[in-house]
Amino acid sequence: MTGYSYSRPRRSITLTVLLGFLLIYSVLPLTWMLFSITKDQPDLLTSFGLWFGDGFALFDNLGQVFTYDGGIFSRWFFNTLVYVVVGAGGATLLATAGGYGLAKYRFRGRNAVFAVVLGAIAVPGTALAVPTFLLFSQLGLTNTMWAIILPSLVSPFGLYLMWVFAAEAVPTELLEAARVDGASELRTFFTISLRLLVPGIVTVSLFAIVATWNNYFLPLIMLNDPDLFPLTLGLYTWLADATGVGASPVFHLVITGAFLTIVPIVVVFLVLQRYWQSGLSAGSVKQ
Amino acid sequence: MSAAPPSIRPAATEPLAPARHRPSRLTARVSRAGAGFVMPFLIAFALVFVAPLAYSLYLSLFRNRLVGGTQFVGLSNYADVFVDPKFWDGALRVMLFLAVQVPIMLAIALVAALAIDSGRLHGHRFFRIGLFLPYAVPGVVAAMMWGFMYSDRVGLTGSLNDLAGFELLVPYTKQWLLVSIGNIVTWEFVGYNMLILYSALKTVPTETYEAAAIDGAGQFRIVRHIKIPAVRGALVIATVFSIIGSFQLFNEPQILKGLVPNLISTSYTPNIYAYTLSFQGNQVSYAATVAIVMGVITAVIAYIVQLRGMRRDS
Repeated sequence: MTGYSYSRPRRSITLTVLLGFLLIYSVLPLTWMLFSITKDQPDLLTSFGLWFGDGFALFDNLGQVFTYDGGIFSRWFFNTLVYVVVGAGGATLLATAGGYGLAKYRFRGRNAVFAVVLGAIAVPGTALAVPTFLLFSQLGLTNTMWAIILPSLVSPFGLYLMWVFAAEAVPTELLEAARVDGASELRTFFTISLRLLVPGIVTVSLFAIVATWNNYFLPLIMLNDPDLFPLTLGLYTWLADATGVGASPVFHLVITGAFLTIVPIVVVFLVLQRYWQSGLSAGSVKQ
Repeated sequence: MSAAPPSIRPAATEPLAPARHRPSRLTARVSRAGAGFVMPFLIAFALVFVAPLAYSLYLSLFRNRLVGGTQFVGLSNYADVFVDPKFWDGALRVMLFLAVQVPIMLAIALVAALAIDSGRLHGHRFFRIGLFLPYAVPGVVAAMMWGFMYSDRVGLTGSLNDLAGFELLVPYTKQWLLVSIGNIVTWEFVGYNMLILYSALKTVPTETYEAAAIDGAGQFRIVRHIKIPAVRGALVIATVFSIIGSFQLFNEPQILKGLVPNLISTSYTPNIYAYTLSFQGNQVSYAATVAIVMGVITAVIAYIVQLRGMRRDS
């Protein structure tokens, strides 16, 4: 072990190659997708999946995705944005205020809130979906945008992350000093605490964005009107239509649409990677 | 309650404002403000968490009949669920799924996390991002991509089987379908779990390793005696989340059903069963009961895993 240092270990080719197989597995479907979006429907069926087909139909496909079915894809895109901005944005807001309140204040019922919310993390989201549908249909909320937005507003896991983060990031002495100076709690929150919470907020919003962007089960049960569908559900209807009896498959549009669904979220992840990495270590798994 | 991760305790017992010597008027004002911060979340929580649960508990005590409308039946829906072969068909399937898929996924995630943390990879940043990327892909899209790739004509299995000269891979058969679904789920979440474990490894101070190395501990001993114990808490959390995820299995089989309708029954998983009951069978009370029973089974198993994992921890 002479000359071995933990801060600068030797690179291992064997290990790199071994993990390289896992990396190939990870990017295989995405690679398949990148080749497939350049193919038209007949080409998809005849050519090898990991190489180009006879033609190059990428621009045709992109054009068709946005015009097929009366251009409803852009509508789905817009809906998804609404669900993400209002739903995930609201979830982040509620989780931030709530986590901060739990971390930095002591009030009656605090421990109960805490226990209930932690218990809620263990409640399967989909197990909740059917009951939520039953309740919402009583309230006349199904088949409206609220049916998707309201359930997205609550993220027990986000609250938990924010609570752990706020406990560390906002020094209690700072709040006490502001109190001595006579600042109201709300004012302290907006002028002092909020800035300290930014990394946690970005992390929580990132997870909320992924959850709403990828939401499928809830829209599936809540919505009938295709004009309210998010991308995930809309794409599924294209896929399901394509496999029905006597239907003409539009696999090339499903795949190109799926590609367009992935791009924004992957970009968000790559741009904000500093945050989700630090947020994960600060939150769920801090030892 | 059940899913209290290990890191909670230190922060929860940390001294909090306001301190006891403050004047009580200020204390009252401050604690009101604290409750005020939490209130919006709680209101939303009551509406979309507590109310649906309460409502479905209520519903589960009734029965929808074609003739005679809705009728109070006490706990007999629960009795029915426990002897319903369709429910058990799905429940046992997800249990089998979780018993096989979760250990494989977490083992791969652990190996990847250890490898990246060891610093012995060329381009480890690239690995970290590349392996995590699938998590950003919507489950629906992941299921569609694999669904296409599995198919003989559009996908890769056809090409692969041609290359092999025989039916090497047959993802769309009764025997292999669950494996095909397991592969999709593994693909989606291996990177996510890897990152959770990797973050836990990062919290071990480098000096610990250096001290161990000076004491003559080799790579594998360090992994076994320092690194694995260090990630145990995170591993328990990842296991609990994976168990919850397995019991909820819905999206992947539901999407594949769009591609191969005949292979996936209406009770393939408990969630698909509950969905079918409420939207095609029009048996909302029974669907609510199935959802509740499944939720309770999930919570109990997650709780047991949590307890066992934590006990070994101390």
